[in-house]
Amino acid sequence: MAVSTGPQRRQTWRTRLYRWDSKGAPYAFVAPFFVVFAAFGLFPLLYTGWLSLHQVSLYNVSRSRWVGLQNYTDLLSGPPSRFFWNALRNTVTLGALSTVPQLLLALGLAHLLNYRLRGRSFLRIALLAPYATSVAAATLVFALIFSPEGGMANWLLGLVGVGPVHWEAGHWTSQFAIALIVTWRWTGYNALIYLAAMQAVPGDLYEAAAIDGANRWRQFWHVTVPALRPTILFTVVISTIGATQLFGEPFLFGGQSGHQGGAANQYETLGVLMYDQGFRDSMLGRASAIAWTMFALLLLLGLVNALIARRLRRAQ
Amino acid sequence: MSRAGRQHHAGPLTYLVLIMVALASLFPLYWTLVAASTDAHRVVSSPPPLLPGGNLFHNLAYVWHNAGGRGMGVALLNSTLVAGSVTLSTVALSVLAGFAFAKLRFAGRGVLMALVVATLAVPAQLSVVPLFILMKNLGLGNHLGALILPTLVTAFGVFFMRQYLVQALPTELLEAARTDGANSLRVVWHVVVPIARPAMAVLGMLTFVQSWNDFLWPIIAMNGSTNPTVQVALAGLGTGWSTDWSVIMAGALIGTLPLLLVFALFGRHIVGGITQGAIKG
Repeated sequence: MAVSTGPQRRQTWRTRLYRWDSKGAPYAFVAPFFVVFAAFGLFPLLYTGWLSLHQVSLYNVSRSRWVGLQNYTDLLSGPPSRFFWNALRNTVTLGALSTVPQLLLALGLAHLLNYRLRGRSFLRIALLAPYATSVAAATLVFALIFSPEGGMANWLLGLVGVGPVHWEAGHWTSQFAIALIVTWRWTGYNALIYLAAMQAVPGDLYEAAAIDGANRWRQFWHVTVPALRPTILFTVVISTIGATQLFGEPFLFGGQSGHQGGAANQYETLGVLMYDQGFRDSMLGRASAIAWTMFALLLLLGLVNALIARRLRRAQ
Repeated sequence: MSRAGRQHHAGPLTYLVLIMVALASLFPLYWTLVAASTDAHRVVSSPPPLLPGGNLFHNLAYVWHNAGGRGMGVALLNSTLVAGSVTLSTVALSVLAGFAFAKLRFAGRGVLMALVVATLAVPAQLSVVPLFILMKNLGLGNHLGALILPTLVTAFGVFFMRQYLVQALPTELLEAARTDGANSLRVVWHVVVPIARPAMAVLGMLTFVQSWNDFLWPIIAMNGSTNPTVQVALAGLGTGWSTDWSVIMAGALIGTLPLLLVFALFGRHIVGGITQGAIKG
């Protein structure tokens, strides 16, 4: 009897182990992601909301005081409201200036790259080089180019008898320069995304359009663009998320002046304001309220995007 | 893949526009090199210098030893350490989770995957205040670990690997390995990883670039640190540490070169990875 139960017991132990492994392994494999997300994603996001209802000092984090919605009412109509509305306006204008031309340019570039070309890999890598450049490095280079004294931009303008322009000090000139940094860094990246989507458009669609007498321009608008709609939507979503959080460029563009966001806050975004209020003026509660306002803004933008996407799909 | 649109050869005008755009893309990088090779006076002179001068190694050596407290050399090492750890961990954990979501059956898979997709759109940047407090409580204030922990694995990585493995990993292969009595970890190591290798390389490079270039969180987490990453050192360099533009540009050059090198070597794969992730997303 002892002889027969030995292997049998081993057998059941084995099957149990096997069953335990095939049942448990999937959860063990996905667990690290959810643990990391819970600890460093979800918890901080919710905790931001909680903190936004408190007065918290950077230097004494453990002693927070409940203030209800005061941080929000302060932002909307209290003493700091001037900075808040200004930063919100700047975020919107900088966002529009840096994403709309960028995506249009990327679409046109992708169209050109889609031709039969020599040196295609070189062009792709050249277009993607700015993406490999960090925000900090790119902003410093452009700050030098737009420097009021001895900057290359003013030298070029001087050649045609214009200027000199004090780029950093002006409202629109500084926003233009910052939008240019963003555009420089991301246009190639988006162009390559569009290019890949264009190459997946079935060729017979173009043939049918050509038979119908559509020239290349009309083919672009009536075949390429509709086929790219999901990809365009994807890039719009990604770019708006990026634009809402714009931080590095306006933070560093002022350079030596030491004014993050500009001496007159002429290019201070919500991201810079959040940093400024939280980590310079040590008001972590108010910074959290700004973060949640940005979060609400993103949700709103997401909703608008979804509505537009649905309307477009229905119109089709 | 169709050849649509590519049937037409590019005309001279197309080449002209593309070459000009390529030049505009590369010029700021070239200008960084030129500016870094001049001196404080020459870099802001009019007309600006268009060819490299002889001061490059002098400026590089200066920022290498001095910028950001302990020099760009230390910053470079720190960034490599942070981006390297983040990359290794993200790739490994994304393969595991991506494999489970792609090929394993378990209760709640659909809901959990939907959660991963939903978290793709949650920007981590909005959570920097509690993250700062959390890290301080963990004793990681001004510590490189504070930069590594939050990005040990990302929703993008999990999603990316799942999309790849759904297509690339034949289910029969898994069943065969299972019938041979291999346990899950052996299956991952001997079946999944060899097949996932190309996607792992792409995800690795994308993650490395992202981690290397991350800005807001390192600025906050390493505020006032004498042990900065490249981006933190660059921020210090650009906001008052030096007023000499040629020195600042030397710092920017050191901070950019490693990634440009990675791009020159693996650029093609990165291009493939970016476009793949986007179309399926």
